[in-house]
Amino acid sequence: MSAGRLLVSALRDPDSLADPDWSALIAAARAEQLLGSLAERLRGHALPRKTTQILAAARRESAHQRTRALWEAEMARRALAPLGVPVVLLKGTAFHAANLAAAAGRSVGDLDILVPRERMAQVEAALLAAGWERMKEADGYDDLYYRRWMHELPPLIHRDRDRMIDVHHTILPPTARPTPDARALIADSVALESGLRILAPADMVIHAAAHLFADGDLAGGLRNLWDIDRLLRQFDSAAFRAQLAARADLHQLRRSTARALRLAARLYGSPIDRGLAGRDRIADRLFEARLLARNGWGQPRRPLLRFAFYVRSHWLRMPPAMLARHLWVKARR
Amino acid sequence: MKHSLTLRIGPVGFRIGSAWRGPIDALAALYEGYPAPEDGICDFTVRLEPEKPWRRWLRPSVAIQGDYVLPDAAPMALAHGLLAAEMGMNLQMALGQKSWLLLHAASVEKDGRALILTGESGAGKSTLAALLGERGWRLMGDEFALLDPESGALHPFPRAVSLKNGAIRVMEGEVDAARFGPRLEGTPKGAIRHLRPNAQALARMDVPASPALILFPRFGEATAARAVGPAEIFMRLTQASTNYVALGQAGFDALTRLVATPAAAIDYPDTASAVDLVETLWAEAA
Amino acid sequence: MAPLRYIADPPEDVRAVALDGLSVLYHVPSGTTHIVAPPAPEILAALREGPADVAELLARLATHFDVEGDDAAAAIGARLGELEAAGLVRRA
Repeated sequence: MSAGRLLVSALRDPDSLADPDWSALIAAARAEQLLGSLAERLRGHALPRKTTQILAAARRESAHQRTRALWEAEMARRALAPLGVPVVLLKGTAFHAANLAAAAGRSVGDLDILVPRERMAQVEAALLAAGWERMKEADGYDDLYYRRWMHELPPLIHRDRDRMIDVHHTILPPTARPTPDARALIADSVALESGLRILAPADMVIHAAAHLFADGDLAGGLRNLWDIDRLLRQFDSAAFRAQLAARADLHQLRRSTARALRLAARLYGSPIDRGLAGRDRIADRLFEARLLARNGWGQPRRPLLRFAFYVRSHWLRMPPAMLARHLWVKARR
Repeated sequence: MKHSLTLRIGPVGFRIGSAWRGPIDALAALYEGYPAPEDGICDFTVRLEPEKPWRRWLRPSVAIQGDYVLPDAAPMALAHGLLAAEMGMNLQMALGQKSWLLLHAASVEKDGRALILTGESGAGKSTLAALLGERGWRLMGDEFALLDPESGALHPFPRAVSLKNGAIRVMEGEVDAARFGPRLEGTPKGAIRHLRPNAQALARMDVPASPALILFPRFGEATAARAVGPAEIFMRLTQASTNYVALGQAGFDALTRLVATPAAAIDYPDTASAVDLVETLWAEAA
Repeated sequence: MAPLRYIADPPEDVRAVALDGLSVLYHVPSGTTHIVAPPAPEILAALREGPADVAELLARLATHFDVEGDDAAAAIGARLGELEAAGLVRRA
């Protein structure tokens, strides 16, 4: 069994683990940023002493990341509160802020927030006033690239805390073909006690699906699908399934969502709506292979397959004519 | 990976994989006598890989990969492969160790009590610790001291001592040639030679000790010593720790307890004075 | 315009240890360690009695300490700004 497959199997069914190659499993988990999640799944299991110690340290690390992430969200909240702007937390920070099942052991890095497009300039100004800074003196072109073509401000970093914040106005680049309904994402977001918001559960699943396929080359995909699995298990119901289908159509992300559901079911046994997901496709096998392309030394495998997905991800992000221009300007520097 | 080795240093198990055989052979020779990881389970993985596939053979260039990496690290020449492996292991500790509070310090033990030597790189702590290790003290480590956040005990991490430039000759005069690795020239820090800790250090690598004295040594000045207060110790140790922040409240509690330990800043013009000063201050702290 | 009022976190959110003249603080919600000198610990203690603006804070401090000088208010205001930037106090 490859290390990638062992990892998926361990997460999906921890009871099935029988004297695995722990070094390989731990290295693969680290490489896929899933060691914290694995540690949570193995809580209470009888394990070799050394494994217990390593996983206890991983839990300590997860708890620390959670603390830092929630604090970063809180400081952003303090900076933006006077504006009266809806601030929607995204990804791992959102899971932690709402104490979702998906938060268990979830590693989290930068803060990602979603705000209305027309308020972005004000939001940036407020963050700059509160100690965030632009990353580098963005030369004209990179800055333009971010503002016009990407779906976020150029990243800001806090000068004292050294943590990054990414401010988005939608969940996919405006240049990519599916056009999610950003207004609806915000309008239907859920308020937390602090006043910060998270996406509606169906939108969280769709965001994760979009992020997995349209926003990247599947790197980090096992973690992304694990998020989706945890979300589906927490929220699955007839009403939720109906909502998921409706929102997937609204955001023009039905295909990505369907594929994400199929892969989550394939890898993690997630409860899915076959009506929305459809039957398994031949291409699903390629995606699965790409996701599992990790060996017991933590190395990525299947270089050609990975390269194919890398090119595809850029293709999806920017239509070819723009992509050519972007690459040409980059090459000229 | 084509060639590989596992070994345990104190409580930490490592796997080192390499596309080339040389570094693994050198590592095996230097770490002769070290135990295997507990139950074969490795805390960390280090990989020595070609920077680009063709650099495996053409002007071989070693990139240090593993669980934790430095994104912009320059690759190294194959001749420095052993050094790359060492740096890789250090990196895993510095970025990945979350079970113990890491102090960037050398440490030696006598009668179950530990002397911690900490301060800037190049201050001579490694050499001083290595020397003390041959003069009746047990070497616990030259680079990292592991503080147990629960118990406050210091755990050994007796990796091979990294000696640079002048320090190499000092220790060559003290110690059997068989304990040395190859002399590596032209590294970013000049000449480096690794020294395996002695049999006593290896035999007792699982035996912790209670911190009893903290010294901040500084080489090159006339012999002097001044007491250092807890606030200053706290500040200097947090600066010297790569994982203090990551350990959260446990780290804070462990460090605030540790700073009650007697501490002094010492200056010394040569190693003989250093050893005398250390012995004097140790006797006073008892 | 009403003057700014500040709030400090409850005592269980801050672990404080005094070390020869300075205080090291572990701020639980942020996981950050701060090393602070007077009057910062005194300001935090005074704020724990309840939200306050600079004037109220000065009055509270004056009941325990000698607060002197015309620029005491300015100094307290500056310290509050620093504590706010550090996340140890926030606006009410």
